[in-house]
Amino acid sequence: MTERPAVTIDNLSRHFDSFKAVDGISLEVTSGETFGFLGANGAGKTTTIRMLCGLLAPTSGSGTVAGFDIYRQAEEIKKSIGYMSQKFSLYPDLTGKENLSFYGAAYGMNGSSIASRTEELAERLDLHDFIDRPTRSLPVGWRQRLALGVSLLHRPRILFLDEPTSGVDPVFRRKFWKILYELAEEGVTVFVTTHYMDEAEYCGRISIMHQGKIVEVGQPFELIQKHRAENLEELFINLINGREAANAEA
Amino acid sequence: MSLVSVESLSKSYREIRAVDDFSFAVDQGEIYALVGPDGAGKTTIIRTLCGLINPDSGVAMIDGLDCQRKFESIKPILGYMPQVFSLYPDLTVTENLTFYGGIYGVVGEDYRTRVEYLYRFSNLKPFADRRAQALSGGMKQKLALSCALMHQPRILILDEPTTGVDPLSRRQFWEILLELKKQGVTIIVSTPYMDEVARSDRACFVFKGKKLAEGTPAALPGLFEGSLYFCDCRPTVQTLEALNQVSNVQARRFGGGIHVYLRKDVTLPDIATELTRAGFDTGGFRPIRPDLEDCFIQLMEES
Ligand SMILES: Nc1ncnc2c1ncn2[C@@H]1O[C@H](COP(=O)(O)OP(=O)(O)OP(=O)(O)O)[C@@H](O)[C@H]1O
Ligand SMILES: [Mg+2]
Repeated sequence: MTERPAVTIDNLSRHFDSFKAVDGISLEVTSGETFGFLGANGAGKTTTIRMLCGLLAPTSGSGTVAGFDIYRQAEEIKKSIGYMSQKFSLYPDLTGKENLSFYGAAYGMNGSSIASRTEELAERLDLHDFIDRPTRSLPVGWRQRLALGVSLLHRPRILFLDEPTSGVDPVFRRKFWKILYELAEEGVTVFVTTHYMDEAEYCGRISIMHQGKIVEVGQPFELIQKHRAENLEELFINLINGREAANAEA
Repeated sequence: MSLVSVESLSKSYREIRAVDDFSFAVDQGEIYALVGPDGAGKTTIIRTLCGLINPDSGVAMIDGLDCQRKFESIKPILGYMPQVFSLYPDLTVTENLTFYGGIYGVVGEDYRTRVEYLYRFSNLKPFADRRAQALSGGMKQKLALSCALMHQPRILILDEPTTGVDPLSRRQFWEILLELKKQGVTIIVSTPYMDEVARSDRACFVFKGKKLAEGTPAALPGLFEGSLYFCDCRPTVQTLEALNQVSNVQARRFGGGIHVYLRKDVTLPDIATELTRAGFDTGGFRPIRPDLEDCFIQLMEES
């Protein structure tokens, strides 16, 4: 594996009318990194991820994912990444297996490669117990593992995960992160948002966003030291609180 | 008598026992947390309290009234926020708040005071005229919470209210809950966040429809059996596997390090040679007190 950046963002913005949801952010994520993309509610994380995945056009600035340009090569990007959206994305009436087949076909995989890949993912992500049940009846923790399976079908080298563990209990969250960790050790780049600060500590580097801007980026440990905080939770709260207070005064 | 009481509640869906002979009681002014994995039965318990489910057996009572038979009389004192709360996507933030205010009869000056109060945690004031569908995930959740808190019921039942809410807003939301408690409001809340459990008066660990343990957040970690060490090393998959190979040891990531659990009656010296052979420096193992999460994980795995 090389040091080739998996994601580059340069002065990227997205406005909705006059509102700057993403306001000139720059960032580089190296191949194989587990990057925690944190931030306050409404800071612009989902909007950024949607631009990077070729789902939303930027207003200005530039970016590449897997070396492809986010303006001109959205189709190539979609083929090289896995994406788990913040919203529930599986078909609730279909079973896990059927969902995998459906998305496999959408990626242009043939029947036999879908079948073998499904078996492989079921083993790897421990899906066997529930893969034949309609996804609507599954606890969130299981559904999210299935959704991760779907995003891994075509063996992407970069994963964008938007709050994959929201509403998931500590035990399920640990299982989920163990899988992410294994993927990372195989060199997969993991770009993940979360509001759980213990998960953020699992990341090699994190950034913290507030009102469309990236206000901090670095290794969790390094940032905790720099801000003389107890832990990431305290760091996050102080940082965002400070900025909100400054806004209120201005 | 307790304000809320659940006695020997059972409910099955086909062959699955969602709630299995479950009992608990909550006093006036208490914050009581229900914690457990998905599908543990928390939502079924909550929905039974809100008169939405008929149990197979057992009884749920609020203020001395049966939640199934006398729900109409309970309704006025109860506020309920379901896991999936419906906002009107094409109405703005203000319009949603006005709508729910109207339902609860909170209007005029009362309404304005209430909305300002709730903006303190939601920070949605600058977005008052934005349609709900254009809000971010966490902003929608905060708007839903605000709608549910438009009136001030005597009992508030919240089903995982802070999913997707950022750490600062979560803290500010809990400040509001603590203020409501001070005013005498009784709160029952389900949550996957251990720091929220720590802020409640009492908590109950729920697993497979049964009560695993109940107590104050200070007392619960005392149920942990065995001893616990913090290993200050990078928690790679290999390190964790190596530790888990050592007899009577279980290792788990915790933040940037590893929590090492020793089974009951096993001490660090007992396994020191084995650890050294596996390449660990036992000097790097620091004894620590188990926290709520350690206790929760152990109880779940043993049942
Ligand atoms: N279609 C839209 N029209 C107007 N505003 C929008 C639209 N989509 C998003 N926004 C606004 O852009 C901002 C950023 O939203 P985004 O979903 O990216 O936040 P986020 O960081 O993912 O937050 P969360 O942690 O709550 O998921 C929010 O203020 C949101 O209301
Ligand atoms: Mg988002």
